[in-house]
Amino acid sequence: MDPEGQVDTTTIEDAVGKFGGARDRLMDILQEIHRRLGCLEQQTISALSASLRIPSAEIEDAASFYSFFNRAPKGRFHIRLARTPVSLMKGADDVARAFVAATGAQIGGTSAEGDFSLDWAADLGMADQEPSALINGAPFPALAPSDVRTMVEELRRNRDTTNALPLFPGSDASGLKQSRIAINLLGPGPVLFGDKRSGDGLQKALRLSPEEIVKEIVKARLRGRGGAGFPTGLKWRLCRQAVAETRYVVCNADEGEPGTFKDRALLTLAPDLVLDGMTIAARALGARQGVIYLRAEYAYLEAALRNELDKRRNDGLLGANIGGVNDFDFDIRIQFGAGAYICGEESALLESLEGKRGAPRDRPPFPTDRGYLGYPTAVDNVETFACAAKVIERGAAWFCGFGTAESAGTKLLSISGDCPRPGVYELPFGTTLNELLDLVGASDARFVQVGGPSGQCVGAKDYGRRIAYEDLSTGGSIMVFSAQRDVIATALQFTEFFADESCGWCVPCRVGTTLLKQDLEKILRGRGTLADVRALESLARSVARTSRCGLGQSAPNPILGSMRNFPEAYEARLQEEEFLPRFSVLEASAEAKSIQEHGLLDVEER
Amino acid sequence: MAKPRLATCSLAGCFGCHMSLLDIDERLVELLDLVDLDKSPLTDKKEFDRPVDIGLVEGGCANDHNVHTLRQFRKNCRILVSVGACAITGGVPAMRNMIGLKECLEEAYITGPTIEGKGMIPNDEDLPLLLDRVYPSHEVVKIDYFLPGCPPSGEAIWFFLKALLTGREPDLPYRMLKYD
Ligand SMILES: Cc1cc2nc3c(=O)[nH]c(=O)nc-3n(C[C@H](O)[C@H](O)[C@H](O)COP(=O)(O)O)c2cc1C
Ligand code: SF4
Ligand code: SF4
Repeated sequence: MDPEGQVDTTTIEDAVGKFGGARDRLMDILQEIHRRLGCLEQQTISALSASLRIPSAEIEDAASFYSFFNRAPKGRFHIRLARTPVSLMKGADDVARAFVAATGAQIGGTSAEGDFSLDWAADLGMADQEPSALINGAPFPALAPSDVRTMVEELRRNRDTTNALPLFPGSDASGLKQSRIAINLLGPGPVLFGDKRSGDGLQKALRLSPEEIVKEIVKARLRGRGGAGFPTGLKWRLCRQAVAETRYVVCNADEGEPGTFKDRALLTLAPDLVLDGMTIAARALGARQGVIYLRAEYAYLEAALRNELDKRRNDGLLGANIGGVNDFDFDIRIQFGAGAYICGEESALLESLEGKRGAPRDRPPFPTDRGYLGYPTAVDNVETFACAAKVIERGAAWFCGFGTAESAGTKLLSISGDCPRPGVYELPFGTTLNELLDLVGASDARFVQVGGPSGQCVGAKDYGRRIAYEDLSTGGSIMVFSAQRDVIATALQFTEFFADESCGWCVPCRVGTTLLKQDLEKILRGRGTLADVRALESLARSVARTSRCGLGQSAPNPILGSMRNFPEAYEARLQEEEFLPRFSVLEASAEAKSIQEHGLLDVEER
Repeated sequence: MAKPRLATCSLAGCFGCHMSLLDIDERLVELLDLVDLDKSPLTDKKEFDRPVDIGLVEGGCANDHNVHTLRQFRKNCRILVSVGACAITGGVPAMRNMIGLKECLEEAYITGPTIEGKGMIPNDEDLPLLLDRVYPSHEVVKIDYFLPGCPPSGEAIWFFLKALLTGREPDLPYRMLKYD
């Protein structure tokens, strides 16, 4: 909206035109408008509704769902600070205070002159370099409170007015030393980072029949690296066998599980391997179009990825008759998420790709049967595609030479928290937590969160357990917590994450995650009794059992895991009374007292 | 042997749960054969003066007087039951939890479209003080049983009471817990 309160119809028409006015590209259209105007206000939605000829409620439904869509104008610089257990242990609170002092904006607010907006955000994918922030989409890792004043001054001087929220680089603040992120690839392994040779996988695949490709992937016992561990060969076969005019290949680059950043490492250091994998999948499935669903937090990877795609088009590795094979036509586009963890769940991801809010679908039908736009779709994790390319390049037998009986190959792990050497490690399946902790130099780990908040909390007595599908299964997030960390406070932070990220579709998760959070808070505030702990456990089990999708089903894990492994932490906080009210009546009536100007009648206190 | 005593109260509720209790129709006669009705809006008895066996609570706590009444019920009733959505979750009155108390009172008494002239927020000292939010009963006192529904059907209330009075665990059948 310009200062006179007019709707910027040119921007809206341009965005609609760029995507052919297609309803299913609504996310791209909204992203485009948001990039230009910096927010999606009510007037914008109404004008867009008129232009697309769909009800404004439908657009509102999508726009209001995603946390990266601002609904009101923000400052010229929108600073999002990661607020996670790991960022907090590295001093995110101090960095936040420094930003408040230097910008004059409160958290959740905008500074008076309109230069800066400050917000907390969920994990930004830089857990090995916390505290971190995104400023207008550019990554700022490893912040110290002492850096903040200079950064803010330099930003203030930047007068790029071409864009409501100027993106880095391109503005004169791109010289700021931190506006890029290094990748701590501390443990390159034999499969994904073993040799620099690449492209051979695709060349080989071109000589194989689609069925032969699927057979090789099945033989390699490749399983999904995104968390669920579904056999990739079987997924591709199901998708291939579904009767349809066309099929889609989707790369899940949402990497939303707090504590993971290994997909970012792959997309940065070995994008060719990932794109090879997608193209091989396309050949196997008979797909003509692929999409990379990239989380909004990684928008800064876009330029390099686009370059990579262009290069492949020039080299005949994307486009028509790939590698000279008649009728093998395939191309890939990038589509962005907008800050919703649930969009990593494959069916929610597909909804988002189709321009809707990211609510999971009922299954069946499974995406392999009816996925993107109703066509059979293989949704696979970034790392899975990279592995598939290696399997074809080096053969299934070579691949099975790494790992365990049920878990072939290696796993990329993102390690963060209380350890001197956090970063990305590629390790063969079967590695024990003990070996892992030695590698990263963590000598006093009290517990390790394997698989992010939705995974498992593992205590010291279980450090002999192995990273493998048959033991500790993980998408790759490993967070280390030392002896000084509070297990219950950490469980509360994870529970808050789920309450924030619940899509709201089903009651057990929408209401349950908030109740779990409140019950845990009661215990932390020293008002919890034995009955409260029992009720909390029973509620946690109900939420796990009755929620509709993986988010709600795993949301109680931090609570159940910490109860199982650290009962003494709970016992230490329990009060001996049979019952304690959740709140103090005195505090709860203080506001009314000041409004109605008289005192408490007759309630006795505890 | 003396009959068991039953008490009821309506806190931040609409009396719908009490209406539903009356909906057990001719079984009311049977109920009065089984229990003595003690403190209740139906008897208009003001204070507890002897121990009571079963207390039925309708409504959550919206003000300090609700809290007081609920605590009296807990003190005097052996078994305390949250009856209906309002007692169990806060229900309809808890819709104000989304809005600040001040904003809510100002809309009702000062700025709302039905206010004529200059309104004021009532401040008579005999009025109970509102709490910052509406709380479900079990966040204020220990509750022994929960009887869900808005309101629970007369049939469900009857089934529940009969079970308690005959010393059985009140396990409601699925059809009495299913609302659509
Ligand atoms: C709440 C939730 C979040 C998820 N987030 C991701 C994610 O960020 N990245 C990912 O690859 N898979 C994620 N998944 C798993 C996907 O649903 C799906 O299993 C995966 O993309 C399949 O790819 P794969 O077989 O290669 O692992 C998530 C699942 C759930 C339930
Ligand atoms: S479990 Fe949570 S995230 Fe999944 S559908 Fe239900 S509300 Fe949505
Ligand atoms: S539960 Fe329903 S019927 Fe009972 S008091 Fe509340 S609103 Fe009224």
